[in-house]
Amino acid sequence: MSNIAQAFAHGKAFIPFITCGDPDLDTTAALVKGMADAGADLIELGIPFSDPTAEGPVIQEANLRALQGGVTTDKIISMVRTLRKTVKIPLVFMTYANVVFSYGSERFIRTCAELGMDGLILPDVPYEEKEEFRPLCQQYGLDLISMIAPTSEDRIAMIAREASGFIYIVSSLGVTGERSQISTDINPLTEAIRKVSQTPCAVGFGISTPEQARTMAAQADGAIVGSAIVRQIARYGKDALPPVTEFVREMKQAVRSLS
Amino acid sequence: MSHPQSRFGIHGGQYIPETLMNACIELEKAYNYYKVDPDFQRELNELLNDYAGRPSRLYYAAKMTRDLGGAKIYLKREDLNHTGAHKINNVLGQALLAKKMGKTRLIAETGAGQHGVATATAAALMDMACVVFMGQEDTVRQALNVYRMRLLGATVVPVTSGTATLKDAVSEAMREWTRRIDDTHYCLGSVMGPHPFPTMVRDFQAVISQEIRQQLLEREGRLPDAVLACVGGGSNAIGSFYHFINDPTVRLIGCEAAGRGVDTTETAATIATGRLGIFHGMKSYFCQDQYGQIAPVYSISAGLDYPGVGPEHAYLHDIGRAEYVPVTDEEAVEAFEYLSRTEGIIPAIESAHAVAYAMKLAPKMRPDQLLVITISGRGDKDCAAIARYRGEDIHE
Repeated sequence: MSNIAQAFAHGKAFIPFITCGDPDLDTTAALVKGMADAGADLIELGIPFSDPTAEGPVIQEANLRALQGGVTTDKIISMVRTLRKTVKIPLVFMTYANVVFSYGSERFIRTCAELGMDGLILPDVPYEEKEEFRPLCQQYGLDLISMIAPTSEDRIAMIAREASGFIYIVSSLGVTGERSQISTDINPLTEAIRKVSQTPCAVGFGISTPEQARTMAAQADGAIVGSAIVRQIARYGKDALPPVTEFVREMKQAVRSLS
Repeated sequence: MSHPQSRFGIHGGQYIPETLMNACIELEKAYNYYKVDPDFQRELNELLNDYAGRPSRLYYAAKMTRDLGGAKIYLKREDLNHTGAHKINNVLGQALLAKKMGKTRLIAETGAGQHGVATATAAALMDMACVVFMGQEDTVRQALNVYRMRLLGATVVPVTSGTATLKDAVSEAMREWTRRIDDTHYCLGSVMGPHPFPTMVRDFQAVISQEIRQQLLEREGRLPDAVLACVGGGSNAIGSFYHFINDPTVRLIGCEAAGRGVDTTETAATIATGRLGIFHGMKSYFCQDQYGQIAPVYSISAGLDYPGVGPEHAYLHDIGRAEYVPVTDEEAVEAFEYLSRTEGIIPAIESAHAVAYAMKLAPKMRPDQLLVITISGRGDKDCAAIARYRGEDIHE
């Protein structure tokens, strides 16, 4: 059991995502501290992958910038090792199956546990393939985060029943990236989940404004925002700390008042 | 639990976003239903025969046999199919299936453009919308095929992400499928991706080995000693191998694109240089760096320029049932020219990789032995690029 439950102990959670090494690891470390101080309840740290098939253009480009800057899994691990001394909120890695598999799944997951990471999100590992990683995550006390999409339908109960940490609800079809409108009604998804599981649910994909975060968090236990933050980092580079922390503060404010 | 039917040994599986899982499950159900449905099979066979021109010829290459002075060489002429390659076998099957499933739109990736052209063709025939994703670099290398797809009514989307080649076209087609599942079928062009694609595409391509077997038994009264085919994702190769897998006397040889050589970084020979990984929905062998970042592969052939290989090939390699050999650009270009001059058949540069290895292997075999090369496509599309490779600048 990880510390992820803590993220949902202060009302509705706000969960930002950033890509490690975009534009460099010093900036990433500063952003993580800044976002934690600004009220982020849990932070998703993206380990870049050359071919992120679940991402829209904004995060694809962040992956590319980070890899071109020479970031590697090992360098990210050393950054987190230092960062963990000061940042106490739950942290999860979000990456693709091959990054973990090629590092050696056990070596990677054991290292995550040693670092004090709390969970792992692998968007290309659905329920059917989780045995590849889940037993190792359980062995080392990490949560392998389950995802539920608007197309999950009859699969929801099966996935939710075995979920741990939190459940990542994908708000809409398609890849990550800001959307002007999110038309999916999340309520039926959360209702179906609640029938079989008490694991907290956070909604992600497409959320970029405080209003959207409020609407989504109202139907769940938290909101996840990636592309809108990564876009700020793309724009401001090493100077992204002030705008990003300001944004996180605003978003946390928007969801906090719900609880 | 990983779906047992989704695996070839340790390879295969369904490593895809949750958003796509029900689409793949629905596809598998529909495929399992229709593959044993006599009406579907009849309709598909009619299309394959009357529209695509099957069965394709098994041609005895007498001049090549004499010239190389070894095994008796037969060419399986998939290049004579409608649209000029084996790709149509799979596409007619998938398009018909998609139609039965109520889909109205086909999307596809393409490298050399052959699969894109085949998909655009089937979409035109069956009144479906069609969008083809093609690496920006490949739209330049294969400009003629881009025009053909547009002529057939398809929209061609140049992909600029990543290395702007085949793997990026696959990624972009997958992204598009997650955006629009209801009315859209992703018509994957090779024996790769998540289950059920590697099995379904193999079944649709297995007609190649079924015909080789029958045609050679009629001509020679026995099975071949070796079957050669080029391997990118590996659909024409698995199609050529499938009905011989249980005949251990038949050597099955897949010819990978070595590009500038397997000792350089400019190669696409996955089995020679890759290692086990998880990408594009499957566990298999991939060209990648030590951190699992997918390598920017290279081959003169846009159709073989892919950093992975289908999971069934990975398995046939593991158990030693099939051999995989690398063939360089230079060897392939020489074979392209050789087959043109010797037999008057211009092969696709992809297929020329198999011809190149046959040129090495045949002389080492006895005259009473039989060697079959699958000519997976015709080479008209490659003429301008090969001319450029030889230093001649011609306009298409």
